[in-house]
Amino acid sequence: MSFWGFLKPKKEKKSLESGQDRGILVFENTSEVIRAENVLRSTGWKIRVMGPPPEIRTGCDLAIEFPLIEELNILRTLNKSEIEPLQIVPVSSPLLKPVDLFHVKDFGLYLMVRAANMKITIEKKTRLIVNISGGGCPDVPYLAQAMVGKTIIESPVPREIGHTLCGYALQLAYEEVVRQC
Amino acid sequence: MLTIVGTVPDNDFPLVTGDVLLKGDTIGIQDKQIPINRGTSALIAAAVKTFEVVGKKEITVYLIGDIGLGTGSRKLYEYLTEHLGQNDSNAITFHYLQPDVDWHNRVLFAVKEMIIPPVLIADAGFMYAAKMSGQAMAYDLFTPDIGELAFLADEEAPHPFYTRGFILQEENRVPEQIARAYEHDNAARYLLVKGKKDYIADKHGIQATIDSPVEDSMEAIGGTGDTLTGIVSALIASGLAINNAMITAARVNRLAGQLASPTPATQVKDIINCIPEALDKIVNKK
Repeated sequence: MSFWGFLKPKKEKKSLESGQDRGILVFENTSEVIRAENVLRSTGWKIRVMGPPPEIRTGCDLAIEFPLIEELNILRTLNKSEIEPLQIVPVSSPLLKPVDLFHVKDFGLYLMVRAANMKITIEKKTRLIVNISGGGCPDVPYLAQAMVGKTIIESPVPREIGHTLCGYALQLAYEEVVRQC
Repeated sequence: MLTIVGTVPDNDFPLVTGDVLLKGDTIGIQDKQIPINRGTSALIAAAVKTFEVVGKKEITVYLIGDIGLGTGSRKLYEYLTEHLGQNDSNAITFHYLQPDVDWHNRVLFAVKEMIIPPVLIADAGFMYAAKMSGQAMAYDLFTPDIGELAFLADEEAPHPFYTRGFILQEENRVPEQIARAYEHDNAARYLLVKGKKDYIADKHGIQATIDSPVEDSMEAIGGTGDTLTGIVSALIASGLAINNAMITAARVNRLAGQLASPTPATQVKDIINCIPEALDKIVNKK
């Protein structure tokens, strides 16, 4: 087994300090950054105020680093205080954008939409959510538990009860399935 | 012995460890009962069902409640760093945990303390963290679906949500994505890619594909990937070589799906209940 070699030096981009699981919130001006920092720190988030990477510099010389996986929860916290970031990007590669391709599969009586790693399937006639699959963050089973068995009208919206990027991907799939039906 | 590490979608669920008992559609751990219909509990139930047929019983679990806030996962990560060193399992499967690179690395250090190195299997959030950490090659098996394979293949993406568009998540691109994942050291020693066809691969490329029986509906059913990971984990823990276990597990999961006569509305618990019959038919050729 190759396990015991796991501490061997890796490529530089993969060093343990590379912030692969961190994201950056970019704001219009410094006062917005300070407001966001106060809101997030007071609600217990582990964040860091930093200079934005050159690729996304827009004039404001401060940004906030945060745990990227929890993007949906962070955004909801900021929105409650009417703070809207200009951009949200991964630290590891600031030019990356969220997935915007949907895969739609028609099963006849049922329709499935996939966005990134998340899939939602509804019964066309009743608009009942019959299955949610894919994903790897712990809010996926939670979202499935809350949404499966309800119509797309009755169901809670992933944006409101999800917390992670998987929840965000499900929100996109959900919006697409609503649009299609 | 097989160890399974994961979460249940209930914020009030405390950290529990120990043996599991499958009864009807729930698993019992200590005095807690958990429905097997999704997530890590579906994986555990599939492993228990597999052990019923192959004659093994020893599964220990480390579970905690987490609904995506990460609080439970981090408590569990901390517990693992303190206790995994005393674990004597021959296989460990890490599943739905909040991806956290720092904690992932600490857990990997704790695994190093184990006297006998176990087979390391990662799926779901822990697989995301393993890839992000740059330590994917420390694992023996990843079990991604096609969307997750694209994420492994994209050396820049920190999560499947940010997989770049040119890395198309389509069945016919699987071979090149497997190659790309290995090229950038973002795959485990073996990959079991779950999809319309299941692909068994290592750094030399695709070693086998399993494409029958095929039930289109399976793609829509939440938890069918979890059951596959549960079956393969149990087979590996029971002593089967990893490559043989992957092939058998893929065939069993497909047949269990077919035996459940699935529609896109089928729930995974109905498939889990068909695992013993499917395993018996395939292993004992009945």
